[in-house]
Amino acid sequence: MLAQIVSHGPRIDHSHLPWLTVVTFLPLAGAAVLAFFPSRSTNLHRLWALFVAVLTFGAAVAVFVEFRTGQAGFQLVDRAAWVRSLNLQYFLGVDGISLFLVLLTAFLMPAAVLVSWGIQNQVKNYMLALLVLETAMIGSFLALDLLLFFFFFEALLFPMYLIIGGWGSERRIYAAVKFFLYTMAGSAFLLLGILFLYFKAGAQFGHPSFDYTVLRTLSLPAGTARWLFLAFFVAFAVKTPLVPLHTWLPDAHTEAPTAGSLALAAVVIKVGAYGLIRFNLGLFPGASTYFRTFVMVLAVIGIVYGAVVALIQTDIKRLVAYSSVSHMGFVALGIFAFTVQGMTGGVITMVNHGLSTGALFLLVGMLYERTHTRDLARMGGLGRVVPAMAGVFLFVALSSIGLPGLNGFVGEFLVILGTFVVSKAFAVAAVIGVVLSAIYLLWGYQRLMHGQPAIAGGSTNGHGAPEGPSGSTSTGPLGRLRDLELREYLVIVPIMAAILFIGIYPKPFLSRIEPAATTVVACVRPGLSGSARFTYVPVSLPPASCRSGR
Amino acid sequence: MLSVLGQVSGGPAVAHGKLLFRPIGPELILVGVALAVMLLDAGYPERHHATLALLSLAGLAAAAAYSLSLWSWTGPTTVLGGMVAADRFTVFFRLVILGVAALAVLLSYQYLERADEVRGEYYPLLLFATAGMTLITAAADLIVVFLALEVLSLSLYLLTGFSFRRLASAEASMKYFLLGAFSSAFFLYGIALAYGATGTTNLAGIAHGLTGQVGPLSLALAASGLLAVGFGFKVAAVPFHMWAPDAYQGAPTCVTAFMSAGTKVAAFAAFLRVFDVAFSPLIWDWKPFVWILAALTMVVGSVLAIAQSDVKRMLAYSSVAHAGFILVGVTAASHAGIQAAMFYLAVYPAMILGAFGVVMVVSGRGERGLTLSSYAGLARRSPLVAAVLALLLLSLAGIPPTAGFIAKVAVFTAAIQSGHWPLALVGVLASVVAAFFYLRVIVLMYMQEPVIAGGQREAETGFDAEPGAVGSLGFVAIAVPALLTLIFGVFPGILFGVLKSASIIRF
Repeated sequence: MLAQIVSHGPRIDHSHLPWLTVVTFLPLAGAAVLAFFPSRSTNLHRLWALFVAVLTFGAAVAVFVEFRTGQAGFQLVDRAAWVRSLNLQYFLGVDGISLFLVLLTAFLMPAAVLVSWGIQNQVKNYMLALLVLETAMIGSFLALDLLLFFFFFEALLFPMYLIIGGWGSERRIYAAVKFFLYTMAGSAFLLLGILFLYFKAGAQFGHPSFDYTVLRTLSLPAGTARWLFLAFFVAFAVKTPLVPLHTWLPDAHTEAPTAGSLALAAVVIKVGAYGLIRFNLGLFPGASTYFRTFVMVLAVIGIVYGAVVALIQTDIKRLVAYSSVSHMGFVALGIFAFTVQGMTGGVITMVNHGLSTGALFLLVGMLYERTHTRDLARMGGLGRVVPAMAGVFLFVALSSIGLPGLNGFVGEFLVILGTFVVSKAFAVAAVIGVVLSAIYLLWGYQRLMHGQPAIAGGSTNGHGAPEGPSGSTSTGPLGRLRDLELREYLVIVPIMAAILFIGIYPKPFLSRIEPAATTVVACVRPGLSGSARFTYVPVSLPPASCRSGR
Repeated sequence: MLSVLGQVSGGPAVAHGKLLFRPIGPELILVGVALAVMLLDAGYPERHHATLALLSLAGLAAAAAYSLSLWSWTGPTTVLGGMVAADRFTVFFRLVILGVAALAVLLSYQYLERADEVRGEYYPLLLFATAGMTLITAAADLIVVFLALEVLSLSLYLLTGFSFRRLASAEASMKYFLLGAFSSAFFLYGIALAYGATGTTNLAGIAHGLTGQVGPLSLALAASGLLAVGFGFKVAAVPFHMWAPDAYQGAPTCVTAFMSAGTKVAAFAAFLRVFDVAFSPLIWDWKPFVWILAALTMVVGSVLAIAQSDVKRMLAYSSVAHAGFILVGVTAASHAGIQAAMFYLAVYPAMILGAFGVVMVVSGRGERGLTLSSYAGLARRSPLVAAVLALLLLSLAGIPPTAGFIAKVAVFTAAIQSGHWPLALVGVLASVVAAFFYLRVIVLMYMQEPVIAGGQREAETGFDAEPGAVGSLGFVAIAVPALLTLIFGVFPGILFGVLKSASIIRF
């Protein structure tokens, strides 16, 4: 029986270090060491966390180097029995979709540590939470055993909750609890769905299993598959978030400390979209087709609604938060277009959104450290005072809008192209979203950076500016606001470089994402026509890589 | 499905020839040590508190070692005239209960010292209660179940009222006693009816009698119902949970820790054996009843816990809710269900005992600082204690990587396997509700400032920020459970390996 299960799975290559295990647990190991540091030496905590985060990025780069382009299926598989009596496995593997999400996570975490340098309050606990969070995030992208995935998926909640609730701004506790309960309620159904599949596998293969590669081959009755699709969908739609279930996001993103917003926007919500691709499409192709239009409608509503609500925000952080809702609508639209372009575009948009929106949150956080307000009405004319910051802000905003030459364009273009093939109406709606994103971001930029300086002298203090826990910088007259300093350049320049790189030369990304995207799309659309294929590299699909669960 | 539970022997196995006392060795040791502690206390009035505690610990350790030696018992499955079972099921539960008792002794030592309540009868009572708990896990006859239940209950009534100068303690003891007496009456009547239906009180005998029986089973059904009510009281399942919040709140915290963990394990061990052995022929009749009990218990326990502002009451309702989760495993009535319930019963005591241990440590001298608000800013004052409590609460809420998560997954897995997916749905939703009040404590500890000013706070709670205030014994008693929940959360295979053979109930 075991031999049969293994033969389903990918080839195990023993000639390498178990890179996926290393990249997953390096942050946790770093956290375990950090726990024994004396609690007084806060600078040591920061440096150690930075060191571990950079080291993890190194491991992620190693995964990238080891990853073979043009190959469908999972690579670098690490597999061991975890609980034998439940047939629960420790099973990690990477494909073109998860590869870049892991890389993105590891790439942004050093920035998250650096941008948190100003935090003075319980630095050790903060860094511990950040490192544990990194392990949970990377683990969710790599786990191929469904219960192991759920394990990481749930383990992600608590450190994120602590970061929002412990170091956020004034309504942080409300936001943290809302985030936690929303996500947990969603994942309750996911757990039931996973357990149900487990026994379905037992009934069909003689041995219950949580193994993704085994469960893919299940054949489920259409009705059952639809219910299971919905159970998985609720969990991931809350996390992504798709529109009726998004209300936790603006609160959580806005109230979280900068690094928390970064982690949430760049990575945590990607787990939801990733889950939609990996599990909803991968496990229930028939049901995915059934619910396709439904999800695409939700996605389009999300694109437009998020953009319109972002337009009317007066809080700059909330504006960026709602732009996330809009962008994640793009991701979902691309995924459920069921074309290779759309899928590839959806995945690359996830990475782009992580970089651009992540950078926007970083900049907003840096701005807040200086002005102690997020209210657009009370800022203005900052471009003259902090010119470098204004320039960076404009650059990142343009990338988020989708200016050709920067990363956003690549993703949005592919998504719209992939959607257009399927439905012109949805593509038009998506284009409206792009136009709106130009309006709200550029208008936001204008209100921030142009015009007359609105923050005069020491008046910020008089208005009862919220006291951030990290509030150590002086709120002096506007003229004395510092421009970007070296640490902040270190945070933002690598991200800008990545934005530019993807914008100019997306091939190394697309060529790795595409085989995986093609595999997924071939699953949900068995009769994929030649015109819907769009390949940079020749992909040889494994024959009958999935049995359609109808 | 029932074949996994063991073979039904041809009637009560009566061992002829010499009586085998070895399988009740642990109880004999416990009772012997209890008597020795009592005599020591009476004979040497200038007794030393530490001596009594150490002697009790030694007794518990000896009993545990003796239980462990019974793991490889090769004699008959029941001894002493079919009264006592000798299988790995009892060894497993005995070890859990003895571990609970040992940690309770550590907590009690510190509690009694601080509250200035050192009286010699405490430890013997604790040991008697422990003996009752371990005996009930081995009971293969309803009479022995009842006997053991009374031994443990009577000791616990007394322990609950141990700080009788505190009115709440005396009141709790009274309530616990009255409702406990009620439940004993139900239980006894159930035994009588079972005897009437089958002509025996032996568990295997009842199963045998019911298997062959055709025609109306009303007597046996009534018996199983009454016994379920009796057990429902002991495990605090809704609607028989009324005593629990009052008793848990009023009892000295170290006693609360002991009984919340120990009683539940003991009563569930007997519950499993009685219902999966004696009433296994009626499985389709008692299942719906337990099903409803489980659903009600999970929902009511979780919802009512939200409304509590006293930590001990909140944990009491949480322990009610957990009884519901364990009942989900019992309802599955399969090998997987028993295994899941046993896994739950191995990790739940660690969580709840540890949590009450932290409550005890935080409340300092006596019973102060029990409101939720006294936990505000605990992470600042005592980061280690706060971290331990956070871990235990996460485990109670069922968040990975803690044992509580695996326990819940195991229980729901068993439920879905048996086709009880609506029950599993109720369960996961109840755990979301429950997460809310566990989180609230974590919010208070980590995200809020202490409400009362420094000096005043100390006077109020008797707890100061010095690490020494926790007490090393108290700290061991809370750190060990926290560590266990982490270990079993990450490596649940260790426990499941043991359960493979321990979850087979032989009779």
